[in-house]
Amino acid sequence: MSLDHDIVGPVASMKTSRSSSTLLSRLRRDRLAIAGLVTIVVFVLVAIFAPFLSSLSGNDPYTYHLDALDSSGAPAGWGGGISAAHWFGVEPLTGRDLFSIVVYGSRTSLVVGLGATFLAMLLGTVVGLVAGYFGGWVDTVASRIIDVMFGFPSLIFMIALGAIVPVSFPRLVLLVVIIGFFGWASIARVVRGQTLALRKQGYVRASTALGASHGHILFRQILPNLSATIVVFSTITIPATIGSEAALSFLGVGVAPPTPSWGRSIGDAVTWFSVTPMYLVFPGVALFLITLAFNVFGDGLRDALDPRSRGVRS
Amino acid sequence: MSAPVTTVRTGTSAARTARFVLGKASGMIIVLLVVSALTYAVFVLLPADPAQLACGRPCTPERLEAARGYMGLDLPSWKQYLLFLGGIFAGRTFGSGATAIDCAAPCLGYSFRLNESVTDLITSRLPVTFSIAIGAAVLWLVVGVAAGVVAAIKRGTVIDRAVMIGAIAGVSAPSYLVGLLGILLFGFTLNMVPVSGYVAFTESPLDWAWHLVLPWTVLAILMAAVYARLTRAQMLDVMGSDFIRTARAKGLTEQRVITRHALRNVMIPVITLFGLDLGGLLGGAVITEKVFSMPGLGALLLDAVGNFDLPVLVGVTLFSAAVIIVANFLVDLVYGVLDPRARA
Repeated sequence: MSLDHDIVGPVASMKTSRSSSTLLSRLRRDRLAIAGLVTIVVFVLVAIFAPFLSSLSGNDPYTYHLDALDSSGAPAGWGGGISAAHWFGVEPLTGRDLFSIVVYGSRTSLVVGLGATFLAMLLGTVVGLVAGYFGGWVDTVASRIIDVMFGFPSLIFMIALGAIVPVSFPRLVLLVVIIGFFGWASIARVVRGQTLALRKQGYVRASTALGASHGHILFRQILPNLSATIVVFSTITIPATIGSEAALSFLGVGVAPPTPSWGRSIGDAVTWFSVTPMYLVFPGVALFLITLAFNVFGDGLRDALDPRSRGVRS
Repeated sequence: MSAPVTTVRTGTSAARTARFVLGKASGMIIVLLVVSALTYAVFVLLPADPAQLACGRPCTPERLEAARGYMGLDLPSWKQYLLFLGGIFAGRTFGSGATAIDCAAPCLGYSFRLNESVTDLITSRLPVTFSIAIGAAVLWLVVGVAAGVVAAIKRGTVIDRAVMIGAIAGVSAPSYLVGLLGILLFGFTLNMVPVSGYVAFTESPLDWAWHLVLPWTVLAILMAAVYARLTRAQMLDVMGSDFIRTARAKGLTEQRVITRHALRNVMIPVITLFGLDLGGLLGGAVITEKVFSMPGLGALLLDAVGNFDLPVLVGVTLFSAAVIIVANFLVDLVYGVLDPRARA
């Protein structure tokens, strides 16, 4: 065991470190990707420091401010009630502070987006690795399951599940599980394909000949070579999972009130946006920006890793 | 995945085509059965009881029992599933005697809340979803592929960058946000188009199209972004390949090289995605229908969700799954026609 590690380990790690340094230098030259990354970091910081940020304006996302509404329940004043106290105005009917809702909403988006992506990557990588490495009937069964997953009307299913799972079940966990579960098929397909190719590589065969265990080969030899693919896939999956959470909340089967969610705010805005468009605009812009940032960064990352696909955006 | 290379190729090409089609068709039927069983299992195992909801108040234990027996919920779940499957092919009857309800084949269940069979509900809503999907699909395919091809040909120019920046913004924008902003701008502010509702094509084709202009445009712009990105990437890939160089070396005009040689290959993955997207949309354009208040399949589903109408939920979900799976099958067939290698 230690023998093959001594022979193969350093070679493999050297290869990864060199490719990651060229990766960084390529990425650094891509200004759009950097802008995307900076935006992502800003949103993550906003999510972490949400209580602090919303307390700066002296608000929280839960307190009702009925005094900020007019008699019809619409926010009083210009731009949906924008004022020194309520920087983004207030929510119609309740008068809750929209700035706090948008700031806290980043927590919901990121927690569900990252959680569901992690789950999808975990499931997809395990299925893909096992299918590609063991081949035979294992591969046949796994590939069929992947096909079935592609045949699922995911959004319809997610809506139906979101509706019938009891309210007592924690909603954020439910969303992570549902969205993650319907998102693993494409990464599984890619990992399977790459594992099939890697299995035939000289160093994997050498390890097998030296008596390395399946676990060692899978996790020490093959998985490290898949890491770049998994990272890129994660980055382009996150905007999709964030979008799914927002869409489900928009449709009324996602995050339940009073937990702030951009999607739900946009859904609530449907009945109000002709009166107070700002209620639609602030959560909408936040959702658009975070999705755009992840997409742009993901594109840049993919181009940096795979020079052949450079054409796709540069 | 594919047949082993060692398979001896026998028979005429017609026989081989038949075998390809039959193989794909049997695969489709297996997937359909698995998906329907899973769907049924998920919804039956979850703690929502349609009898409880239909039993009314006061709900005495006797009435609840009667309702359960009437709906067939007192049977073991595998029997319920078989009855459900049987209903699709032969129709089924709920209850007996004077209060019996007949659900003709293909019976996808019966909504005791709406007193209508799920099949009838779906067929009455399908034209709306179909209208939204078809118009939008034609638009996005044409716009997306055209934009992608132009961007690839003009690679590195301002046009290319503009198309690609527009495309990544389109990919990132949630359809309901763009839809609502569209309603706000073109409906309320400029008063150019109607903002909601659906008029049947048979009633007035002009009104039909007029009510659909905004949903079509919004959906198409966002979906075209995906297609532009895919087309451009494929186009660049294909234009760098040997057979394009050969075609150019033969002295063909650039236009002919692109339309006859490159585009044919670019279209293979595009058509694959198109089939899946169109199938998904036909199974219920949930978000679009909600934003534009259109009474389609998606609206039916959301309605069922709001009222815990389990039979409708199961029926519509299965119908959508079937549409997607059949679309998958058709894509595989088209794939086989476009790319003979896939028929191996």
